[in-house]
Amino acid sequence: MSEKIINDFSITVATVNGSGSQTANTVLLRALFKMGIPVSGKNLFPSNIQGQPTWYTIRVNKDGFTARRDEHEIVVTMNPASFARDLESVQPGGVFFYADDIKTPITRGDISIYPMPVKQLIKGADVSPKLLDYIANMVYVGILAHILAIPLDKIREALMVHFKGKEKAVDSNFITIKSSAEWAAQNLKKSDSFYVEPMDKTSGLIMADGNTAAALGAIYGGVQFVAWYPITPASSLAETMNEYLPQLRKNADGKNTYAVLQAEDELAAVGMTIGAGWAGLRSMTSTSGPGLSLMTEYAGLAYYAETPIVIWDVQRIGPSTGMPTRTSQGDLNLAYFMGHGDTNQVILLPGSVSECFEFGWRAFDIAERLQTPVFVLIDLDYGMNQWMTEPFQYPDAPMDRGKLLWEEELNNLAGNWGRYRDVDGDAITYRTLPGNKHPAAAWFARGTGHDENAKYSEDARTWEKNMARLARKYDTARQYVPKAVIEDDGNEVGILAYGSVIPAVEEARILLQQAKGPKTDFLRLRALPCTPEVQEFVKKHKRIYCVEANRDGQLKQILTIAMPTEAAKFRYAGHSDGLPLTAAWVKNAILSQEVE
Amino acid sequence: MATPAPAPAAPLGLRQTNRAGMTKNDYKGAPSTLCQGCGHNSIANQIIAACYEMDIVPEEIMKFSGIGCASKSPTYFLNRSFGFNGLHGRMPSLATGALFGDTSLEAIGVSGDGDTASIGMGQFKHLVRRNAPMLYIVENNGVYGLTKGQFSATAEVGLSLKHQGTNPYMPVDICMEALVSNATFVARSFAGDPKQVKDLIKAGIAHHGIAVLDIVSPCVTFNNQVNAFHSYTWGKDHEAPLHEISFIPALDEIMLADEFEPGTVREVTLHDGSQVILKKLEKDYDPTDRWQALHMLEEAQRENWLTTGLIYVDTSRPALTDLYNLPATPLNRLTEAELRPGRESLDKINADMA
Repeated sequence: MSEKIINDFSITVATVNGSGSQTANTVLLRALFKMGIPVSGKNLFPSNIQGQPTWYTIRVNKDGFTARRDEHEIVVTMNPASFARDLESVQPGGVFFYADDIKTPITRGDISIYPMPVKQLIKGADVSPKLLDYIANMVYVGILAHILAIPLDKIREALMVHFKGKEKAVDSNFITIKSSAEWAAQNLKKSDSFYVEPMDKTSGLIMADGNTAAALGAIYGGVQFVAWYPITPASSLAETMNEYLPQLRKNADGKNTYAVLQAEDELAAVGMTIGAGWAGLRSMTSTSGPGLSLMTEYAGLAYYAETPIVIWDVQRIGPSTGMPTRTSQGDLNLAYFMGHGDTNQVILLPGSVSECFEFGWRAFDIAERLQTPVFVLIDLDYGMNQWMTEPFQYPDAPMDRGKLLWEEELNNLAGNWGRYRDVDGDAITYRTLPGNKHPAAAWFARGTGHDENAKYSEDARTWEKNMARLARKYDTARQYVPKAVIEDDGNEVGILAYGSVIPAVEEARILLQQAKGPKTDFLRLRALPCTPEVQEFVKKHKRIYCVEANRDGQLKQILTIAMPTEAAKFRYAGHSDGLPLTAAWVKNAILSQEVE
Repeated sequence: MATPAPAPAAPLGLRQTNRAGMTKNDYKGAPSTLCQGCGHNSIANQIIAACYEMDIVPEEIMKFSGIGCASKSPTYFLNRSFGFNGLHGRMPSLATGALFGDTSLEAIGVSGDGDTASIGMGQFKHLVRRNAPMLYIVENNGVYGLTKGQFSATAEVGLSLKHQGTNPYMPVDICMEALVSNATFVARSFAGDPKQVKDLIKAGIAHHGIAVLDIVSPCVTFNNQVNAFHSYTWGKDHEAPLHEISFIPALDEIMLADEFEPGTVREVTLHDGSQVILKKLEKDYDPTDRWQALHMLEEAQRENWLTTGLIYVDTSRPALTDLYNLPATPLNRLTEAELRPGRESLDKINADMA
């Protein structure tokens, strides 16, 4: 046996979709996390309810890198259909676990092989027959725990988190895990080099998915109205709200301070959201690309009528159905220009799961301050996968409800106000809400041409003046959106990225140096329109690589338009195949353009 | 046994005020830009009259519309009410969201036959099935006016229009669509019958839930041929009211026995205590019987009748916003203290995820 490899490898588990393996995989992930070892987990699943092959990959990395790798040192397969491909995928010197009822011949001699008598080990399980398949996944948890040296008490702690402290569910799973680990201790001789050892690199962190973080952020942001329509990978965002809102948002009389409505489609979901936003509620919807497309016309109206709403887009890949369970950052251009005519939308780009929480509440402050739609773009990788992340920080600022006039303020103004009158010079005007009883309160929101008093107008000058104000308002937005996060050591090369590609970029920067490539500075973009420091960063650097998970380099396109004099500096280093980017790919993409 | 009826309301006039202290002027809108003689203008006037007579403060009404001639008309009534003119066919969703802002407000939506029965059919039917508390008026003329006279989905089969030829398709019956979508209030009227229009508007506002009011409102420019279903002449000749309608607000309680002979009227008491009095005409029609309502609509379609009146009403079902356990204070007046959970709750969530 060669030298021990500790806390630095990837595990891939191959199962059948719908067999309940998600519990087993997240329990493994969290047990490692609870050992203090940096981990990341990614569910690479098909668009299917039950029966198709599905893979879950866990990266264990002592240095804290969490990007996906293409290589897997340890592969577990429970699925006859993917057996040959799974066996082939193990790195030389790696490990292969398989359910021993699969009779496919083993064709490799360069890896360690462990058969698992799954059927035998679940015989004694105290569960109903329909849960047997589900319990079968606990067998590999137990055997893997023994071979890799994951303490069983950590597994039990992870089960407690998964089943929210329900002892009975925990025990029925744990019994199988324990007996499987015991079986492995008695029957398997360790022939591989892979081990886990406790560390202290996850203390103070939590493990959560982005959709949950976004939902909770919105709840702490005082969300009052949610309209949504089911779509992968966004559904769990709204569903998580339904889970937490009843616990967190009842008033002293037990009444709900919110309403959640499942709409008939995304056309209606966004319409409802805009109606509620106009009526003064903190209002949001959550969707993915196809739904976003359907929301386009209403998003344009909300921009023009100046209605605050929040739209979460958990991106997946492709037009139409595309690959609905695969990730991408392909909606940036659509969201940025969303609406016909002249439109610019405000976009927030969380760069971690913890930031999904933060932008969850902040998005409402920004939307109500600017009286405009705010889009928050994440993707399937953030939205549906579990990530180590900083704990959710309680909002550090009071709610900003923006420029609102109630009865008292209108009295003070003697009723002299205009809905679209720019009295402060920041292009943001004052608004009143339905229910305001002042006789001068009411105004008529419309997509038709309107003057400063919201009256119908087809006057050319009035139209142009209003549109110019909206353009100025987009400038004002730069003061209110999150600033970029910059690491600048004065290098020639800068990298610009946002969202779930960030872990790959962070690792790639180190890989680049190891490969004698360029030292790089890094700007993590968190919003559009760009804040001033983005322009400074671009000006300072000779070459700027935009790393994105889309085909066309959509951020590069937007920046090229925004900074035409710098356009030649921008290079594209991304790709889009539905899988999260790897650090190796990013490194190579940059390196190949550096040597040209 | 008679309770004394209050003194009859003073005759309407611009200087008079209603019990809300408003003059009729307070309910007016901008001058209409629709065609002279358009049925929609007459309906706008009846909305003004109904709201004035019901003593509703204009600030306590929200107006909604989609796109089209009918949808332009909210500009022409209730200037002092909040309004939102949304997208074509998608006023229902806009209104649905807005209804949650302050549930004490009344809501009136005005749509057209294109806006409701073509592009907006889906949203219309979902608004109806959710029983959103609002009066939803369809100003139905069988034709697209602003785009110069194309057929709409309610145009009768065989209708010939100047530049369009002959309509080959069967029409959509908006009342039927509402009824099969479980509407709790379905009525039909004719813009040429202002008294009935006004009473049905009042009843629709008083109804707690969706009130669909399909008003045949002739397009004097594009679809007013003597033989067209949606014309003044045809409507006047063929209107067959189910009953004579009177609307009695809750405050004006009267004893019916004093005014009507026994057996000649049917009363429907609405959520706010007001009553719709339906005076029997030829046959006894029971608007609380959904089966009879469907039968009547089918019969009217076969016989080519313009049957008007209160077709169906069910006062027992909760309205959309009743289903949400909302506080007495309007949601849009809640403060940060009520909307942002405490810090400890987040500490616990973080601890559970550690």
